[in-house]
Amino acid sequence: MTVKTLTLDGKPVSAREDETILDLCREHKVPLPTLCHLEGLGAVGACRLCLVEVKGSPRLHPACTLRAEEGMEITTGSDRLKRYRRQIVELLFAERNHVCAICVVNGRCELQDVAYAVGLDHVRYQYRHPPTELDASHPRFMLDQGRCVLCTRCVRVCDELEGAHTWDVAGRGAASRVITDLNQPWGKSESCTSCGKCVQVCPTGALFEKIQPAGGTVKRRDFLTYLKTAREKKQWIR
Amino acid sequence: MNAEELQEIVERELARQETRRHRVAVCTAAGCLSLGSDRVKAALVRGVEEAQLADEVEVFGTGCLGLCEAGALVQVDSRQADGHVCRCLYEKVTEARAVELVRQHLAGGAPLPSGQLPLDDPFFARQHRVVLQGSGVRDPERLESCLAAGAYQSLQKALTELTPTDVIAEITASGLRGRGGGGYPTGLKWSTVHKASGPKKVVICNADEGDPGAFMDRSVLEGDPHRVLEGMAIAGYAVGAEQGFVYVRGEYPLAIDRLKVALKQAERLQLLGNRIFETGFNFRIDLRIGAGAFVCGEETALIASVEGRRGTPRPRPPYPAVSGLWGLPTLINNVETFANVAEVIRGGGAAFAAVGTERSKGTKVFALAGKIARTGLVEVPMGTTLREIVFDIGGGIPDGKAFKAAQTGGPSGGCIPAQHLDLPVDYESLVQVGSFMGSGGLIVMDETSCMVDVAAFFMEFCRDESCGKCVPCRAGTVQMHSLLQKLTHFEGSEADVAQLEELAELLKATSLCGLGQGAPNPVLSTLRYFRDEYLAHVREKRCPAGVCKGSAPAASAGAPAAEVSP
Repeated sequence: MTVKTLTLDGKPVSAREDETILDLCREHKVPLPTLCHLEGLGAVGACRLCLVEVKGSPRLHPACTLRAEEGMEITTGSDRLKRYRRQIVELLFAERNHVCAICVVNGRCELQDVAYAVGLDHVRYQYRHPPTELDASHPRFMLDQGRCVLCTRCVRVCDELEGAHTWDVAGRGAASRVITDLNQPWGKSESCTSCGKCVQVCPTGALFEKIQPAGGTVKRRDFLTYLKTAREKKQWIR
Repeated sequence: MNAEELQEIVERELARQETRRHRVAVCTAAGCLSLGSDRVKAALVRGVEEAQLADEVEVFGTGCLGLCEAGALVQVDSRQADGHVCRCLYEKVTEARAVELVRQHLAGGAPLPSGQLPLDDPFFARQHRVVLQGSGVRDPERLESCLAAGAYQSLQKALTELTPTDVIAEITASGLRGRGGGGYPTGLKWSTVHKASGPKKVVICNADEGDPGAFMDRSVLEGDPHRVLEGMAIAGYAVGAEQGFVYVRGEYPLAIDRLKVALKQAERLQLLGNRIFETGFNFRIDLRIGAGAFVCGEETALIASVEGRRGTPRPRPPYPAVSGLWGLPTLINNVETFANVAEVIRGGGAAFAAVGTERSKGTKVFALAGKIARTGLVEVPMGTTLREIVFDIGGGIPDGKAFKAAQTGGPSGGCIPAQHLDLPVDYESLVQVGSFMGSGGLIVMDETSCMVDVAAFFMEFCRDESCGKCVPCRAGTVQMHSLLQKLTHFEGSEADVAQLEELAELLKATSLCGLGQGAPNPVLSTLRYFRDEYLAHVREKRCPAGVCKGSAPAASAGAPAAEVSP
C-alpha cells in the first residue's frame, strides 16, 4: 500500500491511501465537528460540518469522504469554514424542536456538543417548530421526530451492521422523516430485531430507551467499531 | 442489418416519398397535441382518403415545429412539376381548417390564402437546426422515415470506419460541451470513461429535464428519439459499453411511449442489440422511468435512482466516470448532448466546431417562454446575442411593454437584465453575468414581473425539490424562502436582506449537490441587478411592479410557472 504525504493545516502528515482526511484529523487531534459521520458506518457527507478547503479546488469537500492524496494542502479551520459551520448548526436548531432542557440526552448529546464546539450561543434564524410525531409503539424504544437531525446513522447501522434495513427516509426536503418499514409504527415492524443499535448510534434524543428519565440516557457508540472488526476481521478486540 | 440492407430501406422509402405530391407533417409534440393536433392529423388522413388522394399525399406526425404558441402547426411540402419543393407552414390549424386544407391545397393545388406563417420570418430564418433538424422531416414513430432522413448512418460510419479512439477524437475536436448545463467537455468525459478500467461499462442518457419553463429535451425525445438512441450507441462504442439506460421523467408519458416504440423498431432491425451492422459491437438500451424528483437530474442521484434506491446525490469524487452505476465506469450525458453526436460523426468534429463561439461550439436549443411574442422552441448557434433571441427570433415583448429580464438556467440560473441584452449567449458569458446556461429554459419577463416574487418562486421550487440529505439545502432553502416571503408581504427589514445574502453564500458554498449550490442563484442575480426592488419592498412597503399585494397568500400570485407554455 502506498503512503501519501500531504499537509494538514500547514503541518506535513502521512496517510495510507485508504484513509480519509477525517481519519487524519482524528489521528492528529485536529478538532473537526461531525454529526452524520460515525466510525464504523459508511460515510455519506451529509451534515456538511466537516467541510474542509483543499488548495486548488474551488469547492469545499467533506473530510469524511475525501481520500488523502499526494501533495494535498488541507485547511480545516479558516474563518469562512468556522462561519459556515456555525450557520449549519443554527439551521439545524431552527429546523425542528431541539429544546435541550427537556431532552433525555441533555448533557450527552452530540448536537449539543457540536453547538458548543462552534460557539453557538443563540440562533438567528426563525425557529420553524414543525408539528412532529412521537412513536411510542415499540415496547422498549421511542422515536421523537422533533429531535431528529436526519443524519441517517440509524438507517445505515440497521442496513450495514444489523442487516435488517428497518429504517429508511421518506419524503423530501424539510418534510423528510426517518421511517420504519413502509412507514408503519415501529412497534408493528416485522423487520425490526429490537437490537437497539439505532438507539445507541443516534446522536440526539430522537431515539431513546423508554425507561430512561430526562437527561439520563447514555448512548454507547464505541460498540460499533468492535462489531465491525469482529464481523469483518474475525477479531474480538475492544 | 448491414450497410446494403440499410441503403435498400432508405432507397425504398425515398422512392415512396418521391411518388407523393404533398408531404404533410403535423406537429405531434406535446405542445401542439395539447391544442388538438392529433385530431387535426386524423381529420387530414380522413380527408385525404375521402378525396382519394392517398397515393399522392402522405400525412405523418413529426417533432416540434417550433412556434408552440401558434399550434397546431401543419407543414406542407409540395413537389412542383419541375421537381422543386415548395413549403407552406400553417398555424392554428383546427379540424375544420384541415378539411379546407385538403380540399384547397392538397386536392386543388393552391395553398390557402390565410393562416400561413411566413417562413422568411426571423423566427425560422435565424435558426440553425442541428438537434432539431429531424423535426418536420422525420416521423418519430416510423423508423423508415427516420432512416431515409439519415438516422443511424453516423452509427454505421463509426462502427465500420472509425475506431473508438477516432470517435472520441472527433467528439473532442468538435468542442461539444455538456448541454445539460454544466458545459463539461464531452470529449474529455468520453475519454475518461474509455480509459477507466472495469470489465463492464454503462452509458446513461439523462432525460430528467425538470427546470421550470424548459421543454427542450422533451421535444427532442418526442420528435426524434432515434437521434438520441444513435448518439448513445456511438457513445457506447467509443467508451466500451454494451448497456445503456435512458432515465426519463415519468411526467413525459409521450416521450416514454415514443422511446419505447423507437427502441423496439431499432432492435427489430438490429440497429441496437447484438452485432450491430454485422460488427462485433453489441449495445442494448433500456428505459428507466423517474418518479418525479428534480434532484434525480443530478448524476449521482440519477444513478441511485436507476439502481432502485432513494434518489439522493452523494459526494464526488469518485466521479461516475470512475465509479457510477453499480460501481461501474459510467458515462452520463444529457439528451441534447447525445442528440448532437450523430452530427459530429457525420460531418466531422472540425465542421461542427465551425459553428459557435471560441469556447462554446455548435448550437443550443432554447425554450422561449414567459412574456414574449413567440413562445416556442428555437435552436441558434452559440454566441447569438440575447437581444437577437428575445427580439428578433422571439418577436419581442407583447402589448408594448418593456423588457425587464431574461431568466436562464432554471432554478440554478439567474436573471439577466436589459443592460446585458447584447451578451453573446454561451457558457462563460452567462456565468459572468451571474446566470447559467442550464438546460436551456429561457423565461422572459417584462415590467409587470416583480423580481422579488420571481426569486421567491424559484426558491419555493428548490425548497420543495430539495432531497433533504444535506443540511444547508434542506433547512437553508426553507429559511431563504420564508425570508423572501416576508419581503413580498412587506414584512421584511434590511436585516432580512442581509440574512438572505448570508444564507445564499452558505448554500452556494456548502451544499452537497448542484441543486443546493445553485438554489441561491436567482436570489443573488436579482439582488445584483434589482436591489432597488428589494429595497422598495423593505423601505417603502410597496412593489414597484405591482405584483406583491402584501396580504396575498404565499408566493403563488404572478409566479412565472403559470405563464410557461406549453
